[in-house]
Amino acid sequence: MMRFILPLVLFLILAVFLFKGLGRDTREVPSPLIGKAAPVFSLPTLNEPAKQFSPKEMLGRVWLLNVWASWCEACKDEHPVLMQFSSEKVLPIVGVDYKDKREDGIDTLKKAGDPYDQVISDADGKVGFDYGVYGVPETYVIDKTGIIRFKQIGPVTPENLRDKLMPLIAELQAK
Amino acid sequence: MIPELGHFSLIIALFLAMSLGVLPILGAARNSRVLMGVARPLAYGQFVFIALAFGVLAHAFLSNDFSVLYVAQHSNSQLPGQYRFAAIWGGHEGSLLLWALLLSVWAASVATFSRHLPEEMVARVLGVMGLIEAGFLLFMLLTSNPFTRLLPAAADGADLNPLLQDPGLVIHPPMLYMGYVGFSVAYAFAISALLGGKLDATWARWSRPWTTVAWVFMTIGIALGSGWAYYELGWGGWWFWDPVENASFMPWLLGTALIHSLAVTEKRGAFKSWTVLLAIGAFSLSLLGTFLVRSGVLTSVHSFASDPKRGIFILGFLVVVIGASLLLFAWRAPKVGLGGKFDMLSRESLLLSNNVLLSVASASVFVGTLYPLFMDALGYGKLSVGAPYFQAVFVPLMVPMVFMMGLGPLARWKKMAVPDLASRVRWGFASALVIALLLPFLMGKFLSQESSKWSPLIALGLLMSFWIIASLIISLKQRLSGEGDLAQRLRRQSMSFYGMQMAHLGVAVFIIGVTLVKGYETERDVRMNVGDTIVAGGYEFRFNGVTQVPGPNYVAGEGNVTVHRDGRLVAELHPEKRVYNVSGMPLTEASIQPGLFRDLYVSLGEPIPESEGAWAVRIYIKPFVDWIWAGCLMMALGGVLAISDRRYRIHQKATARASAEPIVSNLQGQAS
Repeated sequence: MMRFILPLVLFLILAVFLFKGLGRDTREVPSPLIGKAAPVFSLPTLNEPAKQFSPKEMLGRVWLLNVWASWCEACKDEHPVLMQFSSEKVLPIVGVDYKDKREDGIDTLKKAGDPYDQVISDADGKVGFDYGVYGVPETYVIDKTGIIRFKQIGPVTPENLRDKLMPLIAELQAK
Repeated sequence: MIPELGHFSLIIALFLAMSLGVLPILGAARNSRVLMGVARPLAYGQFVFIALAFGVLAHAFLSNDFSVLYVAQHSNSQLPGQYRFAAIWGGHEGSLLLWALLLSVWAASVATFSRHLPEEMVARVLGVMGLIEAGFLLFMLLTSNPFTRLLPAAADGADLNPLLQDPGLVIHPPMLYMGYVGFSVAYAFAISALLGGKLDATWARWSRPWTTVAWVFMTIGIALGSGWAYYELGWGGWWFWDPVENASFMPWLLGTALIHSLAVTEKRGAFKSWTVLLAIGAFSLSLLGTFLVRSGVLTSVHSFASDPKRGIFILGFLVVVIGASLLLFAWRAPKVGLGGKFDMLSRESLLLSNNVLLSVASASVFVGTLYPLFMDALGYGKLSVGAPYFQAVFVPLMVPMVFMMGLGPLARWKKMAVPDLASRVRWGFASALVIALLLPFLMGKFLSQESSKWSPLIALGLLMSFWIIASLIISLKQRLSGEGDLAQRLRRQSMSFYGMQMAHLGVAVFIIGVTLVKGYETERDVRMNVGDTIVAGGYEFRFNGVTQVPGPNYVAGEGNVTVHRDGRLVAELHPEKRVYNVSGMPLTEASIQPGLFRDLYVSLGEPIPESEGAWAVRIYIKPFVDWIWAGCLMMALGGVLAISDRRYRIHQKATARASAEPIVSNLQGQAS
């Protein structure tokens, strides 16, 4: 008898998880890339298409790679947090304008302010693909040797900046 | 005015569906012919009104009626006509309407092609389908009405997502949905068998062709989606283990198990409750797939619009439908007999192992897809599961399954002696092994690669394919030995036998494609100036620059790449980089020269700044990649052959006679 009820029981347990999942923040998922070298690329910067950026330039420094786009609503929530954080000059922040029109990206930064030390234009999402971007915005902490140490899916909030990112950055910078 | 007519039709369809869900089932329980008799007219009625609503939405799209919000969001006056039509299912609301329409098509087909079935069976099956239809219509009317007005009307629409402006995407969703929805028929048969308490072989026989048809559609749908990803995303990949892909793959795996299990239930009367559970499971996974895609519980590169309120509704619907079916199962299934006995080694046992492996494979995809959600809900933090997990669990499951797939058709029902089976297959297995070990050494030369590459995974893949092919030859030989001339003997075999062999051959072809493309593909990501050449895999690619070409609703940078081999022109490729006028979204359109043994695949990356027309260019040579989809189509063709089997009609007449006699069982007593 029991074995015939089992499917029902399993399903009801699943339903509870699915219900919990509905209220869940799906965005904060670490990547399998953590602990691995940040994928190498070379792409034009947003403001000067002639200039190329490659993560190699950042070797020796701890830095943030922040993936955003002008069409991304959650990025608008994140933007003031990044503006504030960048004014503290803790570390360089490199933006990746993901699957976006160049003009739209420039326009957004002109209007809302530019928290980035450099912005890369990733119009066809190549970098996003290599980095396994799940949803925009995403933020990566990359250490002095070019290893990805942390990945945040979804907007950086003042809380996780204070509780997660800042301690990690301090630790990495001390090395 | 016309869009309101569509809205109104949906409301009428909802009432018809609710009546269909209640009256005939009640009639079957009370043995009332009048109530059972309304099932067919109601099924036709709901189809007519949903079709009307669909027609109204189609009209709104084709006539650019941007006062309809959904049209304004998903279309544009510049959009070519065929995509304006396909845009109907380019978003959430329209996809649901397509779902509902196809479900009513299936219900109407069941109503039409079920003359030979007992009245109460038809009443219950259509009733169950009516209940599902009512749930979807209610969902649409409450949370996702495609006819909502936008006042004042938009001057022009926001355009269809450029990724969806593609011939593949015109037919991929309808095919896939036909499969998803088609499993509702097997489900409805299983539920009505449980309701009626007659869980014998007959329900399996009746639902078998329907299940196969649904499976064929689903196979084609998934293959089309995969083919689309291959040429449209510009990365040359054909499967990404994305949650939305997995959502279609899970019911396919379970559906595959179901069509095999149904065969055993029909022929041997075994696995009765297991088959019912699979039928419930396959459709439940279809519904779950809809939930995953539509609720936004999982993030995905497909990223359709999602809304938590809709999620709550679908989840509630899931709990009612699946929960009630499993409750019914828990209540009724224990009283079902075990059916025919069979030995440790027999066709039944091989099919059972195949069933278990397919179900476990489906479960492992399920776990991989939902693992992040489970871990998060339990507070173990956030995780993501990628292709490495799926490959790691999938290969070990598929290897024994393929091995048994070769044995299954050779084994006898009920009982088979190990030495007998072994002596029949040993030469086949030995030749497959030799080919698998040696072929990789020749492959490198055949594909003009610098060095021959031998790897255990390539050999394993080839062994599996050639094992299937060898067992197929043995099986044919076994069947065709005997009296008469060959043509006669060929004709004597049933279509379903050929269908099975065709589908299994499809699996072999599929595995060859997967193995060889993975083992021998050449990928070059290079910067090319105008006039540059690059040699890859024996081909010389010359980049002749990019020119601007206007399209109907986009501007394309069209590259020109000529490919030479041994000084002879073999292909001229035109990869495009499009920018769509309205959304400004860029899109990579790869250019492919397909071939039996290799695809030449070129796509454009980015223009190199500060250069004279130089671009980043991706050049791929994909050996045997088309075999992947050819294999899928052969599987689907196998299904088509199986349905065309003459024996179904004969059987159907026989069962109609058999079931006309009263069958007394203690279950029936309890049911009434």
